[in-house]
Parts: sequence; C-alpha cells; structure tokens
Amino acid sequence: MTTIVVFVEHSKGQARRASLEALGAAKAAGARVVAAVEGSDAQAVASTLGRFGAERVAVFAGDGRVSADRSARDLAALVREEGATACFAAATSSGKSLMPRIAATLDSTLHSDCTGLDLTGGAPKVVRPWLAGKLIATLESSAPVLCATLRPNTFAVQEGSGSAEIVAKPSSSDLKALLVSIEAKTGGKLDVKEAPIVVSGGRGMKAPEHFALIEELAAAFGNAAVGASRAVVDAGWRPHAEQVGQTGKTVSPQLYIAVGISGAIQHLAGMRTAKTIVAINKDADAPIFKVADYGLVGDAFEIVPALTAAVKAIRAQR
Amino acid sequence: MNIVACVKRVPVTEAQPKIAADGKSVDATGFEYMLSFYDDLAVEEAIRAKEKLGGEVTVLTLGASEASKELRDALAKGADKATVLKDPNWAARDARSTAKVLAKKLQELGAEVVFMGRVATDRDNAAVGPYVATVLGWACVTDVVKLELAAGKGKAWRETEDGVETIEFALPAVITCDKGLNEPRYSGLKGIMAAKKKPIDEVAFDDVANQQSVAKLEFPPRRKDGRIVGQGAAGVPALIDALRNEAKVL
Ligand SMILES: Cc1cc2nc3c(=O)[nH]c(=O)nc-3n(C[C@H](O)[C@H](O)[C@H](O)COP(=O)(O)OP(=O)(O)OC[C@H]3O[C@@H](n4cnc5c(N)ncnc54)[C@H](O)[C@@H]3O)c2cc1C
Ligand SMILES: Nc1ncnc2c1ncn2[C@@H]1O[C@H](COP(=O)(O)O)[C@@H](O)[C@H]1O
Repeated sequence: MTTIVVFVEHSKGQARRASLEALGAAKAAGARVVAAVEGSDAQAVASTLGRFGAERVAVFAGDGRVSADRSARDLAALVREEGATACFAAATSSGKSLMPRIAATLDSTLHSDCTGLDLTGGAPKVVRPWLAGKLIATLESSAPVLCATLRPNTFAVQEGSGSAEIVAKPSSSDLKALLVSIEAKTGGKLDVKEAPIVVSGGRGMKAPEHFALIEELAAAFGNAAVGASRAVVDAGWRPHAEQVGQTGKTVSPQLYIAVGISGAIQHLAGMRTAKTIVAINKDADAPIFKVADYGLVGDAFEIVPALTAAVKAIRAQR
Repeated sequence: MNIVACVKRVPVTEAQPKIAADGKSVDATGFEYMLSFYDDLAVEEAIRAKEKLGGEVTVLTLGASEASKELRDALAKGADKATVLKDPNWAARDARSTAKVLAKKLQELGAEVVFMGRVATDRDNAAVGPYVATVLGWACVTDVVKLELAAGKGKAWRETEDGVETIEFALPAVITCDKGLNEPRYSGLKGIMAAKKKPIDEVAFDDVANQQSVAKLEFPPRRKDGRIVGQGAAGVPALIDALRNEAKVL
C-alpha cells in the first residue's frame, strides 16, 4: 500500500477544514495516511485526526518559532522516512507557501490547486485548472513524489471512527526566515477561500458605505464571507484580501452571491466553480447572468435588504 | 544591491483559449500577451529597491524571444538590463524545470534579492518563487504586501487567511509580490528612449526535463442553464425557494 503524507493546518485549536479535505482525498486514494501537524498546541489537534483518515500523526511541537523553510525541511524528511509516494496540502496561503519548498527538497515538481486525483495504477494523474479555470488539464506525473496542493471545498472530508498513532518529531534548526508577529483579522472574519458561502459586491454598490448591506446579508447566513470585484478593491472601497477573480482569490463555495457585479471574464475566473451562483443586477443583459443558476433583476438596494430579512427569518425558525 | 526581477509573458486575462486538434495543447493563434499581472509588481518593487539601496536591476525571463517586448517595457521603467533564457519549449515547462533553470541563472548573476510574482496567470502554479529559493538554499517570503529591505536583511508582511504575518529574513532571498505591495509606474517617453540603449541578452541554457505531461485538455463543464427567478424585491421569495428546495444550500 502506498503512503501519503498530508500537511494539516490548524487555527484556534482546530484542524482547518481544507486540511481535513486533503486527508479525505488521501484516504479516498486508498493510501496509508500520515498526517503532519506543527506547533506547541499541535497535540490536541493531532488526537482528532484519526477520525478523519490518518493512521499516523507526526507532531512537530517545535520551539515556538515559525519558519516556512524549516517546516518544508521537516515535512520533506518525514516523506522520506515514511517512504511516501505523495505529499498533499490544502491550497491555502501556508499550503501554497510550503509545498513548493517540500517539492524542491524532494526534487519533484509541484501540481498546484488540484481539483481531481487519480492514483489508481499506472502513472498518477492530477486534474487542475489552467488559465484561471478556462481550461481543465489532466496531467500525468512522473515526479518521484507526487506533490500536490488541493483546492479547498473540492474534496470530501471522510469522517469515521478511526484513531491514529501519534509520534513526536524533532524540528530542524537553521532558519532562513522567521515569523515575528501576526496581526489577526478583526472579528474573526471568515476568509473568502474557505467560507461555504460568499456574498460579493461590485461597483453596482455605488459607494463603500453601502457595503454594509453586503455585510448584513453575509451575517444573516452566519457562515458567509464578504467578497468584492476588482473594481471596488482598486477604488479602495474594500481590502484586496476580499478580491475574487483571476488576480484575486479563487473560490469554490456552496453558494456565491454576486451583487452589482457585471461578470467580467477575470471575475468569473475566480468563482465559476461555485456550486450554486446567484446574481443580483439591475441590467438583465449583464454577463454574470450567463453563469448564474438563479438571477434577480433589479436594484440591489431594494433586493438585498429583502433577501437579508428572508434569510434571517429562515435561520430564526431553526 | 544586485537585484533581479523574474517575469513571465502570459496570455492576456481576456484570452479565450482554444484546444488544439491533439486535445492536449492550447491553440494559441490570435492570442495576445502581457506581462503576468504580478510580475509588473515584481518589476516595480525591484526598481524601488534600487532607488532606495542603489545597485542594478536585471529582468530575467525564461521564454520565447518575443518576450523581449515586455522586457523592453521594464527597461523603460528603470531596470538596467534584461536576459532572455531562450526557450523553444516554453509552452510545456513544469514548475520544477522552470525553477531549476531560473535558479541556476540567478546564481550566475549573483542576485542578492529576487522579486517574482505571487503566481503567473497562465498555469497558476504559484510555485516558482519558493521552489527557486529552496533550490538555492535562500530565504523566501510569499504573497508579500509590504516590504522593508536593508543591507543583508529584510522584513516582509504577507497576507494569510488568519491575518497579516510579519516575517524577518536574511538575504539572499526571493520575494513573491502580491497585489497591494505597490502601484506599478508607467514608462515615460524619456524611459522609452533610454531603454533602446539598454542590453537584452538572449542566451541558451542547459535544459531540465519535465516531470509532467498533459494527458488531456478540456473546457470546464458547462454550467447548467440558469434562470431569472424574478424582478426586484418581489423575486426574493422565489429565490429563497430555489435555494432551499432545488439547490438545497439554505
Ligand atoms: C489583468 C486584469 C486582471 C483583472 N482581475 C480581476 C479580478 O481578479 N477580479 C475582478 O473582479 N475583476 C478583475 N479585473 C477587472 C474586470 O475586467 C472588471 O473590470 C471588474 O470585474 C468589474 O467590476 P464590477 O463588476 O464591480 O464593475 P462593473 O463592470 O462596473 O459592473 C457593475 C455592475 O453593477 C450593476 N449595477 C449598477 N447599479 C446597480 C444597482 N443599483 N443594483 C444592482 N446592480 C447594479 C451594473 O449593471 C453592472 O453590471 C481584471 C482586469 C484585468 C485587465
Ligand atoms: N518562465 C519564467 N520566466 C521567468 N520567471 C518566471 C517564469 N515562470 C515563472 N516565473 C516567476 O515565478 C512567478 C510565479 O510563477 P508560477 O509559479 O508559474 O505561478 C512568476 O510570477 C514569475 O515571477
């Protein structure tokens, strides 16, 4: 049986969902799954990973210092020790920062942002978007270790009742770059890449203060993040962390609601893989309606508050 | 300081690709090209580093000769010289072979700080920067939105899902540039004239084999046809109904 090492990120004492999806993808490939967790508080997270498919969890408790080059070295060493033929991480900021370094240490190429995997016999194949999702490429890999980052919200979490063997691992030294501080996001806001629901506003919102309407709709859902088009980010109305699109973030939520966004090709590139798309736009010919599952034609200033109230009412019933 | 910006020429973001008859390659006839969006930021940051710390900026690309058009623009903005690693195989290169070829050249150039884009907007790998740094044993900070450079070291801010990280690093280093780091300047007439006298070297390189090959290229599955559920606020109940009972997301 092949072994796959999966890098598991955690935040506030919990494994990131996207990392659980990566564990799920490794498990679904029929592999022996070894998870790797880092940090002084990693032990608690480690003990939960057996349920999500890990047979073994390597805990790098470290010395309190955080450094991507060290993490990569430690992970690559683990891949070698375990004789793994593949190494996965979620395509999040830290996964994307880490995996190229792990791949380089293993002299393997990297397959980024994969949306499909086929490890059943023959050369392993990965499926991944190119040109911002305008093309889907199936690639055959001849890398010694199949290194891949997996797009969040794409692979299923496999929850069961397993338990994992937990082993403590030493961290290496010689750090080339060191994290000195992190300024946490205010109010624990959800990131657009991870949120199951994204409500995005565009230039149709007319002024930055009107994004309160977008925020209220997101808040009504309870598990939604606020996104934005580049036009409003460039205008300084919204932070660029919220920009969805080819030069922003790529999102695949369960539900994407585009409000006052025309649907330029660069915007569609970032959200066309959402499961369900809703468009609210006063122009019935706006290109966003071509990709939307459900459209509402009309004034956002009238529709959004009504939608917010309706969503609140439904959530109150539960 | 010896500063290098690595840049890649990519199809314009509006490009609608066609799949060639072999089902494995992109039919690029009629494509227009641009410097990858983030590489403009890399060029700008390189020029700013020179303006602050002195030294020289080299712009480096692995690609077709035609990329010299984009390099010329970087020279017009203030870069000093440019190198094209002339690549007959530019359309098919994987992240590893790109990174290894660039790493070798960066070492030859004696680079102390290298600016790259967060991601090239063609293959969307977001891999080459940290890959190059690891091959060379250098520091690397990815997705940088703010940077302070000094002799031998630097401090960078990067945006993550959880907030903004501050990272201290030693040079040599690779910095990958994210939106927000700077506003790229435009080239002026004076710069364009000056650029005509600046050198663009086209050189050969020792190839590194790919570890991936395309088995198949497809268009994304067509989304099933949607529909307009209503007009104005009066359409909200129909939308809610569709979200609850059809899409089952509420
Ligand atoms: C290299 C490059 C990269 C790019 N990257 C991105 C990217 O990553 N993400 C991105 O989003 N864009 C990107 N763009 C920009 C893109 O081309 C569009 O310019 C941008 O998406 C437009 O934003 P918008 O839809 O908010 O604004 P507009 O195109 O101005 O659309 C506003 C919409 O609001 C509607 N509207 C107006 N008033 C109301 C109202 N009261 N109620 C309801 N609807 C209303 C209008 O009908 C219109 O459809 C990029 C462009 C380039 C060249
Ligand atoms: N062929 C290339 N020539 C020069 N630089 C490149 C090349 N490919 C990638 N890069 C650099 O690496 C960055 C990230 O590219 P990628 O990893 O392909 O997304 C780009 O923004 C460039 O700065």
